[in-house]
Amino acid sequence: MPILEGEGVTRYFGGLAAVRNVDFYVSQGEIVGLIGPNGAGKTTLFNLISGALVPKPGAIKFKGENITGAKPYQICKLGVARTFQSVKVFANMPVLENVLLGSLFGTSNSVSSADAAREATELLEFVGLSAMRAIPAKDLTLANQKRLEVARALATKPELLLLDELMAGLNPTEVAQAMELVIRIRDKGITVFMIEHVMKAIMSVCDRIMVLHHGKKIAEGTPQEIATSRTVVEVYLGE
Amino acid sequence: MNTTRVDLKKVWVPALLLIILLLLAALPYARPGYTVVLVYTILMYIVLTVSWVIFSAPTGYISLAPAAFFGIGIYTSAILGMALPLPVVICIGGLASSCLALLVGALTLRLRGIYFTIFTLGLVELIKQFVLWYEIKFSGTRGRFLIPVGNNTIYYVMFAILVALLLTTYFIRRSKYGLALQSIGEDEEAAAHTGINVTLLKVITFAISAVFIGAAGAIWAIRLTYIDPYIAFDLNNSFMPVLMAIFGGMGQLYGPILGAAVFSYLREVLITRFPYYYMLLIGIILLVTILYLPNGLVGLIQKWHKRALGGQHANT
Repeated sequence: MPILEGEGVTRYFGGLAAVRNVDFYVSQGEIVGLIGPNGAGKTTLFNLISGALVPKPGAIKFKGENITGAKPYQICKLGVARTFQSVKVFANMPVLENVLLGSLFGTSNSVSSADAAREATELLEFVGLSAMRAIPAKDLTLANQKRLEVARALATKPELLLLDELMAGLNPTEVAQAMELVIRIRDKGITVFMIEHVMKAIMSVCDRIMVLHHGKKIAEGTPQEIATSRTVVEVYLGE
Repeated sequence: MNTTRVDLKKVWVPALLLIILLLLAALPYARPGYTVVLVYTILMYIVLTVSWVIFSAPTGYISLAPAAFFGIGIYTSAILGMALPLPVVICIGGLASSCLALLVGALTLRLRGIYFTIFTLGLVELIKQFVLWYEIKFSGTRGRFLIPVGNNTIYYVMFAILVALLLTTYFIRRSKYGLALQSIGEDEEAAAHTGINVTLLKVITFAISAVFIGAAGAIWAIRLTYIDPYIAFDLNNSFMPVLMAIFGGMGQLYGPILGAAVFSYLREVLITRFPYYYMLLIGIILLVTILYLPNGLVGLIQKWHKRALGGQHANT
């Protein structure tokens, strides 16, 4: 059974269909990529999954349970965490406290503050931010702020992690580090669903790729299938 | 060296607090009369300011509703004051205010920024006009009288409210909910996606802050002895906590306390010394604060502290 499933997921903004009748699934332990030109509806689909928006009509199931219409904090507590395209760290709070909030309020309801602090410290080590634990999040570089968002999301102990353009704006070294981080997250047993524009990254990391265009799913398959698909090439490069 | 300083701080701060609280508790015996009135007025403003800070400082939702909560407390006292014993009246005043806060919060805390602020401002006016209409239409009166009690009683009730408030504030700030409130102010969307029930947390904190403002209003009513809707729902009681918190600086818990104490003392002194110019002087003080002390008195103290430490290092 897939860990995440969407049936006929649709969302209009006024007259514009941002996401139109999209069926999708993500299986346990996979890394699934979501690509498409700008304005294709990728982030909207993530907002629909994480509860920031409600599909109308359509249904989203997580581990077989219908989560359509659930609030963002409820979906987080069920085990779906996310990062944001434009980083949303708690800018004036120290790095450690950013992550601590995830441990304290995520899927586990009554975690002691000592355990939470230990978890947060371990996660900072996992993403490579240990040295910066005491500085305010706003003073980090973009790459580090993105890592911090990942650490905060992981602190909620998710089973599914939604990564929204983790590698956008990073230099080649940072992209390589981010790719390695995604693999390590999967090795922890966390399923990853990621939006990405960096083709090299998505082709080498993902098990499967979905392509959105004008809110519709136009292709799906392994990286090889997507790279050679006529429709995908047409969408990206024109005929 | 660093550790010794932390240890010293651990002993110093509670000891200092204890001494101040003991002095305050003993004050009516040592200096009865005007001093008691002056000090409980200051305590009242500290209660308003710290209550306002609990909710508005971390979340960044600037509320102008304190006058509404304060007025509800005042009217609770005016209506029930003769029928029930004083402590019960004070508690009901606080509860009535927090009920209003729960209702208003549930309806309006989805508004952000300036819209929330303007709504709370309108709320004060709305309730004032409603009470005025009700009193004239159904009670056949415009104002109400209250049975006075001794100044010392008012003092000790206000003191007890302040102690309860400070304990509450301390525990909220230390708990994970204090951290969560701060994260709402930083980025509400990210907070929600981190598993925080932002709506519930905001509404409950708003209601907790209203409890103490309502209780303070209930005891303040007795000091006023005569009240009408214009006195009870005076918008100054909404603006004062904001000004005092800015004056003190909001980063630390002692900032708003210091700000409210110094500011309300200044106000008393200026009113008695310069009855005609005092508003002008208050205005100038505020302008100077905002221009030169953007972080309030706390910012100034921290600057001095840093300079003193720097000097020490230079000597050694």
